[in-house]
Amino acid sequence: MYSASEFRKGLKVQIDGEPYIMTDFSFSKPGKGQALYRARLRNMITGNAFEKTFRSNDKLEKAALEERTMQYLYSQGEEYVFMDNVSFEQLEISKAQLGDAINFLIDNMDVEVLQYNGRPIGVTLPNFVNLKVTQSDPWVKGDTSGSDSKPVTVETGYVVQVPPFIEEGDKLQIDTRTGAYVTRVKE
Amino acid sequence: MIFTHGLHLRAVLMQALRTFFIGRGYLEVETPLRIPGLAPEAYIVPLTSEGWFLQTSPELCMKRLLAAGIPKIFQLCKCFRKGERGDRHLPEFTMLEWYAAKSDYRDLMAECEALLRYLAAAMGKAGVLEWQGRRIDLGAEWERITVAEAFRCYAPCTVEEALAQDRFDEMLVEYVEPHLGMATPTFLCDYPAALGALARLSPVDVTVAERFELYVAGLELANGFSELVDPVEQRTRFLAEQEAIRLQGRDPGPMPEVFLDGLFTMPPAAGIALGVDRLVMLFAGADNIDQVVAFTPEGL
Repeated sequence: MYSASEFRKGLKVQIDGEPYIMTDFSFSKPGKGQALYRARLRNMITGNAFEKTFRSNDKLEKAALEERTMQYLYSQGEEYVFMDNVSFEQLEISKAQLGDAINFLIDNMDVEVLQYNGRPIGVTLPNFVNLKVTQSDPWVKGDTSGSDSKPVTVETGYVVQVPPFIEEGDKLQIDTRTGAYVTRVKE
Repeated sequence: MIFTHGLHLRAVLMQALRTFFIGRGYLEVETPLRIPGLAPEAYIVPLTSEGWFLQTSPELCMKRLLAAGIPKIFQLCKCFRKGERGDRHLPEFTMLEWYAAKSDYRDLMAECEALLRYLAAAMGKAGVLEWQGRRIDLGAEWERITVAEAFRCYAPCTVEEALAQDRFDEMLVEYVEPHLGMATPTFLCDYPAALGALARLSPVDVTVAERFELYVAGLELANGFSELVDPVEQRTRFLAEQEAIRLQGRDPGPMPEVFLDGLFTMPPAAGIALGVDRLVMLFAGADNIDQVVAFTPEGL
């Protein structure tokens, strides 16, 4: 069981026997009031989503999913192809089912493919991935637009906020759970 | 990622805060972070340290200084609240508290206005704050709305109904807060009596406490009230909070007896707690508290 204080984006839970993924999560607590945990949950089979506010004492069951290590090969339109490294068996998972994970998938990356009753329904990524910057605008010194970060595009097409010293060709470590930049990686 | 812009701004703001309060005759004080007992509050969970607690607020120690005869004090310090983590919350955060003898919550509201106008001028943003696409006019008269009025205007039920259904906090967050502090900052005033454990009840309407929250652009910035200085009444309220904590299966800790003894000599006073990290967010244009601190717990 997960208690409300463990809720976070990407958590996989079970409601009425079906697997759900938490696609959005926010914590709020009005002055001296109760902690409120607002979550958006998407059914990993039907894709239906709903929002619900939980309180501190609420709990959600952990999703009963089988995991299997597979290698990401390539994408073909809306389908993404994965291969079992031992049996060489291949299977496809749709873009919609992968959700935010498509931002961090690069060829030949090992991921955990999640299966429900033998059917692939999503993946769990490593917590950190290294991605190369493919496009970055020079930062204008003295820019006081509010914060000292700038957007860059990485090899998967994902856009992330980074410190101004990052340049095209740099490799970045990104936390796949939050989507946030962690550090620049030396090659 | 460390946001250096937020840190520079934070340093300037801290100096300006000190200058403001020292200029108004307040004494800067420091009280212990680690204390043997806390004011019991149903929904604030403390962190423990060797059988004592890390303060969730410097309130009790600061009121003891008032009772000892210092009329105007302020403190900038760290506070700790277990499990509070989100875009606007850190379990370790910076608090500004100030207390003034012979004042009430109306005086505090006036002082909040003076403080924010002073800070804006000091930060080169005289008159107008811009945050997340909103322009908030600091120069105009600030909105004051009671909790009951705010529920009538914005919520699908009255404040009494929300309380009876134990849904006050959900209603406040969902329906009321998004409207507060949009044109000018807003003081949400006169909380239901049950929601101000350390606040004095209004002499004209005992169903409400002389408590307010300050909102700017929907962001809750400060909580102030006319202090309850009746030790008998305060003990009764603490016992009720302790019972609420026990019902949640938590240990409320010892009754703060030394504090209650001190109330016998405490003058009428008002006090307020303001979240400094959120204040920096407003001036830095940051939509996430992580952008205004050097390190988050996850970044250590």
